[in-house]
Amino acid sequence: MKTRNPLIRIFILVVAVWLIIFALVPNLFLLLISFFKPDGHAYVAVDFTLANYQRLLTPSFITIFTDSLRLALASTLICLLIGYPFAYILARAPLRIRPWLLLLIVIPFWTSSLIRTYALINILQNNGILSKLLELLHITSEPVSFMYSEFAVLAGLSYTMLPFMILPIYASVEKLDARLIDAANDLGAGNLRTFWHIILPLTAPGIMSGCILVFLPALTLFYVPDILGGGKGQLLGNYIQMQFTKPIPDWPLGAATSTILTLVLLLMVLGYKWTLKISSQRADFDAEDEEYAGASNIPLQPRGACGLGTRIVPRRRRVSGADAGGDE
Amino acid sequence: MESEYIIELKGISKYFGNTCALEKIDLSIRNGEFITLLGPSGCGKTTILRLISGFEQPSGGSVHIGGDVVNNVPPEKRHVNTVFQNYALFPHMNVFDNVAFGLKMQKVPKPEIREKVMQALAMVGLQDLAGRKPGELSGGQQQRVAIARAVVNNPLVLLLDEPFSALDFKLRKRMQLEIKHLQRKLGITFVFVTHDQEEALAMSDRVVVMNQGSIEQIGSPVEIYEEPANMFVAQFVGDINVLKGEILEVTPSDLPDSNHAYLARIEGQVFSVHSDRKFNTGDKVNILLRPEDLKVEEEHLEQAPFLAGEIIETVYKGATVDISIRLDTGLELTAAEFFNEDDEDIDYTPGERVAVTWINGWEVVLLDEDA
Ligand SMILES: Nc1ncnc2c1ncn2[C@@H]1O[C@H](COP(=O)(O)OP(=O)(O)O)[C@@H](O)[C@H]1O
Ligand SMILES: [Mg+2]
Repeated sequence: MKTRNPLIRIFILVVAVWLIIFALVPNLFLLLISFFKPDGHAYVAVDFTLANYQRLLTPSFITIFTDSLRLALASTLICLLIGYPFAYILARAPLRIRPWLLLLIVIPFWTSSLIRTYALINILQNNGILSKLLELLHITSEPVSFMYSEFAVLAGLSYTMLPFMILPIYASVEKLDARLIDAANDLGAGNLRTFWHIILPLTAPGIMSGCILVFLPALTLFYVPDILGGGKGQLLGNYIQMQFTKPIPDWPLGAATSTILTLVLLLMVLGYKWTLKISSQRADFDAEDEEYAGASNIPLQPRGACGLGTRIVPRRRRVSGADAGGDE
Repeated sequence: MESEYIIELKGISKYFGNTCALEKIDLSIRNGEFITLLGPSGCGKTTILRLISGFEQPSGGSVHIGGDVVNNVPPEKRHVNTVFQNYALFPHMNVFDNVAFGLKMQKVPKPEIREKVMQALAMVGLQDLAGRKPGELSGGQQQRVAIARAVVNNPLVLLLDEPFSALDFKLRKRMQLEIKHLQRKLGITFVFVTHDQEEALAMSDRVVVMNQGSIEQIGSPVEIYEEPANMFVAQFVGDINVLKGEILEVTPSDLPDSNHAYLARIEGQVFSVHSDRKFNTGDKVNILLRPEDLKVEEEHLEQAPFLAGEIIETVYKGATVDISIRLDTGLELTAAEFFNEDDEDIDYTPGERVAVTWINGWEVVLLDEDA
């Protein structure tokens, strides 16, 4: 797309330079380092090797990798199952109260998520709020602790990441034209099939952005498993962090792990592009090539003899038996 | 009795909170007819369509489709289809899938779907664009897709809500013709909504004139135009001159197709007027005359009775000339005459004295309710 406005060009340039300096270059460094040898004192030794990736093929790393994937996938799924209906209802709420509901979702962001994670301990710990609630409801007879379990980690991850699922889905549902739902009903689709054929594909980009925004951080939010999982099992996030901070740091290994994460991200972006195609408003053909058939190119239907223009036929009166209608 | 009506609205009222959208409506729609709901914006036209399609439930009264009460039948189970005001095409599906959607929902076998869809697309002249998405079509093409998507299901009734409002004038005229032809060809009942009186007259078998949630008149286009039931219909449909009058005397009717004749004082002159309505001596009435019903001539005293006045201006309209006249009583009238280069009669100059008359019997006489 060509943009003529010079101001917009300058903005785009500034953003591009910013992204190159602070995102692309560091990532390229990381990629580079992942092919160097570790050196405890100078951090890296400039010497090309694939060994760092080979070192990741150990069973212990694979366990960490699959555990992380599983947790991140599970929390993404939880966020999606809770977040979609949430976002849908939000986007269809009366216009008057919508901004307030949105505000309520954003407010928790004003507190550090680290602090919110600590706060979760109060709910999950032995004799905590959840435990008390279950006792009150006579589901359990004695205090229970949910801490230091996969459940706690999942709860923490899902709680922290939920808004990132809700907001993009909200945006895509709000864009959805309610008349399309009417049209689907009108053509014989019940609620389920309307959802499946119309609502889901048209909100797919929102779902996919939400999943990306939840899944990737969930892989690396190392303090949540640390605090709520008690650091029992290591996750990718902790693992990467450790490579850079342990007494004898192993930067290349950390870099290789990060590079693998970046690959996962790229895969998900491809998935996102796919959802864009599903909901796309354009067919897969090169629009530039084909002349858009304007109204004038449409074959004319046979034209009736009568014009529909100004009424110039001499008229005549007295329609017999005119049933003059309505209000008599 | 097997009803001749495919749709019947009986005593329908519809409230949205405290706003009354429809007040005790009765409307019967014949099988196979092209009926148009005509009225100003906000008068309840869309609400009637939504009651028929099932998107709204009546607050009172009953909706009948094909003889059955359908008040509680959801839209997807009613055998009617709608062409929505802004088409509401599914943006992520191509033209073919849009048109096929209804058939897929009915679980029609694939080869049959293919055949029917291509038939419907051929009917609206879009068979070559089946692979396009709605965003890649012009307004008129989208309109055609919307129509094909609805008629492919062979509904009992097709509902069209101001389908041409987004089209430019020329395309609109052409689509009016196409829709009319399509309706004749398919024989499906069309319920058409518009606020454009010319469109309503041009397309319909019957016109339902609505105002503020009630029906003012139901009739053929000719009846609506030539025999308006009340002042609202008279003034909403086409241009009309309103003259104030008073019934002086009831006289025997001298015209075969009018039941009653009267002597009436109109703008100070005494005229003989005719009507099917009954009036009494002393009644204040409105005399309604279409611009093309007025005769404008040079003033000759022997032709009395006539309304004397002078020309304000003439506006050349191509086929016709609009003549504005101020009567000596102060009332301004508009007359329309066919333009004819050889006819110097029409060549009026402002200020010229003229006599205005009309053909006996062409006037519409209504009781003046404000008097
Ligand atoms: N969903 C709704 N909620 C509240 N008022 C409505 C709703 N739909 C229609 N109305 C009101 O009902 C009246 C009739 O509306 P509508 O049938 O859309 O008119 P038209 O189609 O003739 O322009 C209007 O006063 C409109 O404001
Ligand atoms: Mg409307």
